[in-house]
Amino acid sequence: MIYNIPFIAVAALVLIGLYAVVFKRNLIKIVIGITLIESGVNLFLITLAYRQDSTAPIWHGITASSNNVPFMSLPVPHALTLTSIVIGVAVLALMLSLVIHIYRHYGTLNVNKLGGDEE
Amino acid sequence: MNIEQILDTLLRHSPALIVAIPLLGAFLTPLISKINDKVRNVFVILTILATNFFIFLLASDVFAGNIHTYVFGAKNLSIPVVRILFEVDGLSAFMAIIAGILSLAAVIYSWSFMKENTGLNKFYTLMLLMTAGMLGMMLTGDMFNFFVFLEITSIASCALIAFWTNKGKAVEAGFKYIAISAIGALFVLFAIALLYAQYDALNIAVLANNIQYTFLDKIALVILIAALAMKAGIVPMHMWLPDAYGRAPASVTLLLVGATQASLYGVFRVCFTLYGSQLNSTLRNISGTTITLNSLLGTIIVILAIVTILIGVMMALKQIDFKRMIAYAAVAEIGYMFLAVGAGLTTLGTAVSMNALKGGIFHIINDALDVGLLFLVAGAIYYATKQTSLNNMGGLARNMKYTTVFFLIGLLAVAGMPPMNGFASKILIYESVYQVNPVLSIVAILCSILLLAVFIKVFHSAFLGPEQPDLKDVKEVPKSMLIAMGLISCIIIFFGLFPELVVNNIVQPAANALASNTSYISQVMGVI
Repeated sequence: MIYNIPFIAVAALVLIGLYAVVFKRNLIKIVIGITLIESGVNLFLITLAYRQDSTAPIWHGITASSNNVPFMSLPVPHALTLTSIVIGVAVLALMLSLVIHIYRHYGTLNVNKLGGDEE
Repeated sequence: MNIEQILDTLLRHSPALIVAIPLLGAFLTPLISKINDKVRNVFVILTILATNFFIFLLASDVFAGNIHTYVFGAKNLSIPVVRILFEVDGLSAFMAIIAGILSLAAVIYSWSFMKENTGLNKFYTLMLLMTAGMLGMMLTGDMFNFFVFLEITSIASCALIAFWTNKGKAVEAGFKYIAISAIGALFVLFAIALLYAQYDALNIAVLANNIQYTFLDKIALVILIAALAMKAGIVPMHMWLPDAYGRAPASVTLLLVGATQASLYGVFRVCFTLYGSQLNSTLRNISGTTITLNSLLGTIIVILAIVTILIGVMMALKQIDFKRMIAYAAVAEIGYMFLAVGAGLTTLGTAVSMNALKGGIFHIINDALDVGLLFLVAGAIYYATKQTSLNNMGGLARNMKYTTVFFLIGLLAVAGMPPMNGFASKILIYESVYQVNPVLSIVAILCSILLLAVFIKVFHSAFLGPEQPDLKDVKEVPKSMLIAMGLISCIIIFFGLFPELVVNNIVQPAANALASNTSYISQVMGVI
């Protein structure tokens, strides 16, 4: 059970994020929702990498021939997560800059009040 | 080294170069533009031309029957999990040709169209980045790499959609697009994680070789198709598309058509290659009739496609904004490709299926060209008159001769009239889909006629009729825009006059790649 907690957290994060994106009317809250989904997916990747009782996948003080090679978690999902975080930052920055522009144009962040006739 | 050896070396490295050249060019553009604007424009066009050269070099070899692989970071693919691999088969090369042609036309068109805007260094940087992202999506053989290029494409295209930040609607459309793409891409990543967790691999060929169609695979399949179809603009997930297409600068819209089709390519790659070995597996057995995965998946795609065509055409009929109208027509056109490919999927392995796949794939390039040309014409009208609403136009044929001719070509091509390319692919679609279910064919033909009606209306209200007093001094658009439109028109007419040539040489390899994934898999498994 205890090992399932991260997966429950993933599901919770993704669902809360989706809820925010679908039902919230404030643009900032939509952005927060998207970042929550992203955190959920990243946590999912990290959780996949973990094996019970494993250490971080860093080699130090061990030669290739030595016997006591530590039991490591998988490094590939870590690399994927890093890439995904970097992409996420770029998307977040872009979204927030668009929100700023929208606020300047319409003076509101409420989705329902956007899209008047004036260009 | 003689010329053949050089060509051979270039060919071997071209999968990497096709992505690397526009990527490098993108970040050189701000530097080059320090010299002056003309040099920058020439540099960007040369970059795209070089990319196109490598695309055609690679495509000519791929269409001859070889699948190319390119391994990054090592000579051989010893650990398949870690290495990034590019794999180019008939379908990838076919899609890359589309992206190449579209980006070439887009940068030539931008020369005059965007001339009066500021911040063009960033504009061209983003355009090249978007091209690189699109090509990367099409050429990569690695799921995670696909996700990365998907994000590159969507970030660049979002910034380009919102390029006219002085217009509130454009920024709004940009936000809508980035929200949709970010969520879509995150779910793609989620599905990739599901696949990785089970098979310990990210390579598409390795995954396709090992795939078992477990419960988690089913979830991954649904998520992948839903997310990528959302990015491809399939009804009911098409809401972002008319906004994004309608508000972006015309040359960006042209590239966006390519980006949408890159997502479409993703759907096909997932259905036919990733899950290709499981397509014949029986899902359920109801009183003697077995339901296989391909028929279920195909039926879902066909239903979505029919809804897409109907909604696209219906909405196009009632628009008064020129670009939004074309955008809805573009939604309908995407439906045609899905219809044909879905019909091909339900009957996989038969002669009908092959024809349907050929029609669907041929229609991908035709749609890109036809809809692209119409968007360029709409952009030209906007450039000349500063109007987007059809209510404020009229009598433009008097002053804009060439644009009118290009519009007529685009109109006939989109509506599927001979001798344009749209006819060549649509007749293939009608024929093959009829054998799957006659109703599908009837709906498809009916909607084609409605499309013709939509654009005849535009032709009448914008180009014919009495001269509008405030449009008296409208001039023909500058040369670069005419060249871009002419380039696409020539290809449209060429494809329309010699469809056999195109189908046999370009479309057939791509259809073969869809119909069977064994050569795609064995190519990589051989490399390992």
